[in-house]
Amino acid sequence: MIATNAKILLEVRGLRAAVAGVEILKGIDLTVRAGEIHAIMGPNGSGKSTFAKALAGHPSYEVRSGEVLFEGRNLFALAPEARARAGVFLGFQYPVEIPGVSTAAFLRLAYNTVQEARGRDELDPLEFDDFVREKMKLLEMDPGFLSRSINDGFSGGEKKRNEILQMALLEPKLAILDETDSGLDIDALRVVAGGVNRLLTPDNAVVLVTHYQRLLNYIVPDYVHVMEGGKIIKTGGRELALELESRGYDWVLDEYKAKVAA
Amino acid sequence: MTIAATHPYIDALLSGCGTLPASGSAWLNERRSLALERANALTVPTTRDEDWRFTDITPLTKVHFQPVRDAAKPALSDIGRFLVPEAAARLVFVDGSFAAGLSSVAGLPAGVRVSTLAEGLKGRDALLEKHLTRHAAFESNLFAAINTSYLQDGALVTAAKNQAYATPVHLLFVATRKESASYPRCLVVAETGSDCTVIEDYVCLEDGAYFNNAVTEIVVGMGARVRHVKLQRESYDAFHMADCTVMLDKDATYASHTVTLGARISRHNLSVTQNGEGAEMKIEGLALLSGRQLADTHTLMDHARPNGRSRQLHKCIVGGAAHAVFNGKVFVHEGAQLTDSAQESRNLLLSSRAHVDTKPQLEIFADDVKCSHGATVGQLDSEQLFYLRARGLPEERARTLLTYAFGAEIIDRIPVPSLVERLEQRVLEQTTDRDVRKP
Repeated sequence: MIATNAKILLEVRGLRAAVAGVEILKGIDLTVRAGEIHAIMGPNGSGKSTFAKALAGHPSYEVRSGEVLFEGRNLFALAPEARARAGVFLGFQYPVEIPGVSTAAFLRLAYNTVQEARGRDELDPLEFDDFVREKMKLLEMDPGFLSRSINDGFSGGEKKRNEILQMALLEPKLAILDETDSGLDIDALRVVAGGVNRLLTPDNAVVLVTHYQRLLNYIVPDYVHVMEGGKIIKTGGRELALELESRGYDWVLDEYKAKVAA
Repeated sequence: MTIAATHPYIDALLSGCGTLPASGSAWLNERRSLALERANALTVPTTRDEDWRFTDITPLTKVHFQPVRDAAKPALSDIGRFLVPEAAARLVFVDGSFAAGLSSVAGLPAGVRVSTLAEGLKGRDALLEKHLTRHAAFESNLFAAINTSYLQDGALVTAAKNQAYATPVHLLFVATRKESASYPRCLVVAETGSDCTVIEDYVCLEDGAYFNNAVTEIVVGMGARVRHVKLQRESYDAFHMADCTVMLDKDATYASHTVTLGARISRHNLSVTQNGEGAEMKIEGLALLSGRQLADTHTLMDHARPNGRSRQLHKCIVGGAAHAVFNGKVFVHEGAQLTDSAQESRNLLLSSRAHVDTKPQLEIFADDVKCSHGATVGQLDSEQLFYLRARGLPEERARTLLTYAFGAEIIDRIPVPSLVERLEQRVLEQTTDRDVRKP
């Protein structure tokens, strides 16, 4: 939902970032306002996931120049945990397995940490159990996951549901969902997308990083950005995603090259 | 018994032996003399011995620890925090001596016997004669030889044929005196088709340097099952040398859960021999070390018969300037076909001064077997850390949680819920505040 007077949540200006000394992001500009849904598309290796991880504060990504403001604050001055508490959420492309830590204990710890940062009441284990079970119903998740270790032995689809469950619990202002659709069959995709849609309000925003337009049938974006070579080279509306689906990425690249040459 | 020892330290350790009363069992007196002879003939291990390459026991040889003659008499409330609610039967030894007032063997089924070895020697001589001192390799192991030289009493657990006893038996060894030496001894015999769980537990009431030199023999009969939990929570200044030998008959099952938390220097030898076809052994260990602790675990999974199965997972969490040693040998004899063995050593270093030496070894003399082994040494996984932080957990909290999780994999499988809970708490405390020590 586009409202031009809506509050700016995320402002990225000329972001350059490197991994292991190799520059991957080469000057990204992006503005995300409250209530908006953005899709970042692009071929493999274009820098989409790097962008998502850099925003969340992954230690392997070295920011070289540019700035990122989140609600007007310098995002890169914050540790990853402080970003999470401020309301930035990264849905992982490959959710990490952590054997030995129960999902229930982890979810409660994360929830209470974020609640505390927002000056809200924490929940004790019993209260939390009721609360989390309600959220799990929306994602058609088996409550049995709560007693298992984090993502340990989960199928690809189960891991992605677990990501959206965490988003539902933490209620971020800005959710960056990195390839949330990959590894999902059509039924799981419908459930996960339904979960995301239910969480959207005029006060928050979502950035979907995706390779395929399939997800965008379910979560309809306001803006579609094409990333290539570490830059956003084209921005359009929802129809751009459909065009990419039928024509591929090459024409966008050609168009961009022509523009640069001119 | 007047053979001169080759080393003044051995001489000093053995000096208390001569005054011990002879046992009423002639065979035991013979075994003790033989052990004394071996102890005098053996040398103190040094880092020049392959088996002790990484474990320098010089600090242990500086003090001439002696057994206490007047053992302390703690009250039940003094040891309350060590009691295991699930255990109906409990034998308590204080500084090496049996404490009848703290022990309880009520409510045991007719087929299960939990008593002192001294008591057992009075009645069931044949069973003891067959097993006591017959399995521990005191001929080649100095500390086992010294223990056997001092052998008078200890813990005896037997399960009669087809007797299943799900309730754990708690053998609690309490240290209270500085500079004392104790020689704990356990014998567990599970006869054909029986089933039992034994907790061998070493604790202290006060910090201080003392010496526990323990020997345990476990015999698992045909189709029988023994679960063996060993907790080493000695004082951080103590020395703990332990030797455990397990013999498995046909289709027997043995599971070992060892948790090493205490002692300045400790050595845990565990040797499990499959003497019958189709036996199964599962060995799991966790050492959680900090400060200047050194903990050495040597295990042998010995497949002497076909169709055996062994699984081992040994983990060390090492902080401060501590040092963990693991040596795990899998031996498959000629003819032990279709052996299926897997061994894994995983180690987590929490500081730059922490140190691990790990050596999984395979020796295979049969041609149709499946054996795997592996070792890893690492720090906390950076992707796991980031994942937790990305959900709002502070870095220190995330580190604690991951360290805890690394150990929890072993602790969670201990078949005694109250111990699982207590040990998990202990790991959390130790990993939360790594440099603060809680006795």
